[in-house]
Amino acid sequence: MWGSNARNAHPIFFHHVLKGLRNGARMFTVDPRRSETAQWADVWLGIDVGTDIPLANAIGREIIHAGLTNDEFIERATIGFEDYQTSVEPWTLDVASDVTGVPAEAIRQLAHEYARAPTAQLCWTLGITEHHNATDNVLSLINLSLLTGHVGRYGSGLVPVRGQNNVQGGGDMGALPNKYPGFQDVENDEIRLKFETSWGSPLPAQNGWHLSQMFEAMDKGQMRSLYVIGENPAQSEADVSHAIDVLNRLDFMVVQDIFMTKTAELADVVFPAAAGWAETDGTVTSSERRVQLVRKALDPPGEARDDSDIILDLARAMGHDWGNPTAEQVWDELRSLSPMHAGMSYKRLDELGGIQWPCPDENHPGELFLHSRLWSDPIGGPPAPFTPVEHSPPLDELSEDYPIRLTTGRRLDSYNTGVQSIGYTSPIRDEETIDLSPEDGEMLGVGEGELVRIVSRRGVIEAPVRFDRGLRAGLAFMTPHFPDEVDTNQLTADAWDPKSGTAEFKATAIRIERISETVS
Amino acid sequence: MTTFDTTTWTRIEPPARKVKVSIDGEDVIVTEGATVLDACRQAGVDTPTLCYGDTLTPVNACRVCVVEVEGSRALVPACSREAEGGMEISTDSNRVRKSRQLVLELLGSSVNLKLAGMKHWMDRYDADAGRFGPPGEPAGAGERDQAQPGHHHDVDGATAATVTEPPRIDNALYMRDYAKCILCYKCVEACGEDAQNTFAIAVAGRGFEARISTEFAVELPDSACVFCGNCIGVCPTGALMPMTEWTMRQAGTWNEEEQTITRTVCSFCGVGCNLELHVQDNKVVKATSPEDHSVTSGHLCIKGRFGWEHIQSVDD
Repeated sequence: MWGSNARNAHPIFFHHVLKGLRNGARMFTVDPRRSETAQWADVWLGIDVGTDIPLANAIGREIIHAGLTNDEFIERATIGFEDYQTSVEPWTLDVASDVTGVPAEAIRQLAHEYARAPTAQLCWTLGITEHHNATDNVLSLINLSLLTGHVGRYGSGLVPVRGQNNVQGGGDMGALPNKYPGFQDVENDEIRLKFETSWGSPLPAQNGWHLSQMFEAMDKGQMRSLYVIGENPAQSEADVSHAIDVLNRLDFMVVQDIFMTKTAELADVVFPAAAGWAETDGTVTSSERRVQLVRKALDPPGEARDDSDIILDLARAMGHDWGNPTAEQVWDELRSLSPMHAGMSYKRLDELGGIQWPCPDENHPGELFLHSRLWSDPIGGPPAPFTPVEHSPPLDELSEDYPIRLTTGRRLDSYNTGVQSIGYTSPIRDEETIDLSPEDGEMLGVGEGELVRIVSRRGVIEAPVRFDRGLRAGLAFMTPHFPDEVDTNQLTADAWDPKSGTAEFKATAIRIERISETVS
Repeated sequence: MTTFDTTTWTRIEPPARKVKVSIDGEDVIVTEGATVLDACRQAGVDTPTLCYGDTLTPVNACRVCVVEVEGSRALVPACSREAEGGMEISTDSNRVRKSRQLVLELLGSSVNLKLAGMKHWMDRYDADAGRFGPPGEPAGAGERDQAQPGHHHDVDGATAATVTEPPRIDNALYMRDYAKCILCYKCVEACGEDAQNTFAIAVAGRGFEARISTEFAVELPDSACVFCGNCIGVCPTGALMPMTEWTMRQAGTWNEEEQTITRTVCSFCGVGCNLELHVQDNKVVKATSPEDHSVTSGHLCIKGRFGWEHIQSVDD
């Protein structure tokens, strides 16, 4: 488990992990915090924030030097091993230990056990991806799976645990600036022609902008209007004061949401939407690529309407009558254009309780695991490339003025900016705090519950202190769950990964100032 | 060792052996490893269960499912006994009927079984829960928590001892009515190794004083409880209940016949847990998860089980 506190953030996924542990599986947890997940681990590697690549490269080097590589797999199914080997050569256990803060022996143990295990999985979450070099971090883990052949086989694999009920489905459906549904390339003429023919409309030949690029374009005045569906950027964006400033300068903004969010308050027009998962029919896709049906259980309140109805009416107002298709009819159109969904009729989705893509035809059971092509003989498709990646520390550097590393994450009972989760009363919910190690508390002379001022290069907020023994000196933790009380994203940095567009929520440099002179 | 089809890399299950047993004189062939209860179900023989759960390890606590096995001195619990080739099983012999009757009478006299779904079994076995006398004095709030092992009260012989005590309401999400608790252990197992691994509750005390308890009987918010509600999901008697259901039952507005149950997918993280939304008068009144769903096995987290209220929140 790498950069994932699944015990809290994905509790039912972690039930399955626990079953494995009860059956004798070994678990290593890589996390700056000794999290609720790390407490179940055989070995916890308490990495310094943003040093994942040095750790992964050192593991790779150790596997190579100990002769534990899966040479036959590397030879048959991969390319680029020599360049990778050269790139990790400087990362000896000692060098990596100095950079990551993880004892050399723990790195060695992880390398040996991962490589020797008959089956092994690498699971990760936002601890890997909410960095300015998110994609490189992921590649560093992929390299390890290629070294050992722990990919594309039953019980082995690369497991990014998705954070939202349909973040996978959003990508699958083409809610990406460079892809049509089914991950088909926008800039591929043949593909684009297929969609143009089906939709009866010319389509832009170039990729669009992802969220971070859109904010840049809005900032520069290149993009003047925005249509936001089910997102709350006025609270969820890193460096959120800047984001709000950008949104305020737009000519026109439409927000479609189930609530009057902070973003909706800034809008020119608000479309009240139904809650997709309980008030409309449709599909979502989970972490395991499983497409499942969501079903309408009750009528939406007031004037709230199904997202697709709103979009159909909007099209009508723009002079295009698309009729009144049911959710199933929309899905069937998708199936006709996206080969990986072609075999997933509503009937089959209902009967089978969901199907994992790709599922090319109605006799296909769905794919249990991806990349099995790497094990066929000869391999199906192109070999999997090793990708050498270099260490790049967090961009928001620690300094004398900002000596503490703030990282963010979720708590068990809450979710993102709280739009959904503040709706229910949780007996285990405390007021939002800044969590510090007891050592830092002592050094700063602050007591538990004391309100402190938290200062980053972008913003200043106040929050009460809580001590967490799972944190080491120099590391602080906060969540984005209660932005109305403690607006954590005033502090975070909007440095983002040029390849994925993900902002570096996990690594902010802060200092903590006392407000009162006496400890309460 | 798992074996695979090396062209598709799908798992090949080893061929399962079959065993033949006889149930009430009829031959039934089941897969090796199946329980007597599985065999009974396959044979279409209805069997009462309380402490058994499809997703839990059997604990053999309630004894309501006992059957007679030829050659076995004692009656055996169907839910945990593995079916063996040649077993001759009787599910409706005099011994079985008497035993089930007594179990139901003892439970019924001491515990409120109103929501346990045992009525037709009590009728079938002519179980008279009142035959030990009228119910004794209920315990006061917290009184049973103080019971010490070995300190038994003398029985008066005229009334039936009960576990009745006031409902425990100490948080906004779910309540505990231990007057309905038969000590089946299901909640303990779901909170423990069978699912949640939080270990917030266990059985405290001995004999008739045994009861489900948090550490030192502290209130739930002060305990290790993480409010996943997986204990509610497995409770067979209604001793554990979401506050929404409890409140409506108290007000007399809970109406299961009016409710629809719709299966959908939870709106929070990306694990894909299936939810069953119980809806009455266009309002969600409870969320559960289907036991046969491979992702959840019926279990949820606090957000999935209780975090749906935002869709029917009303502006203050």
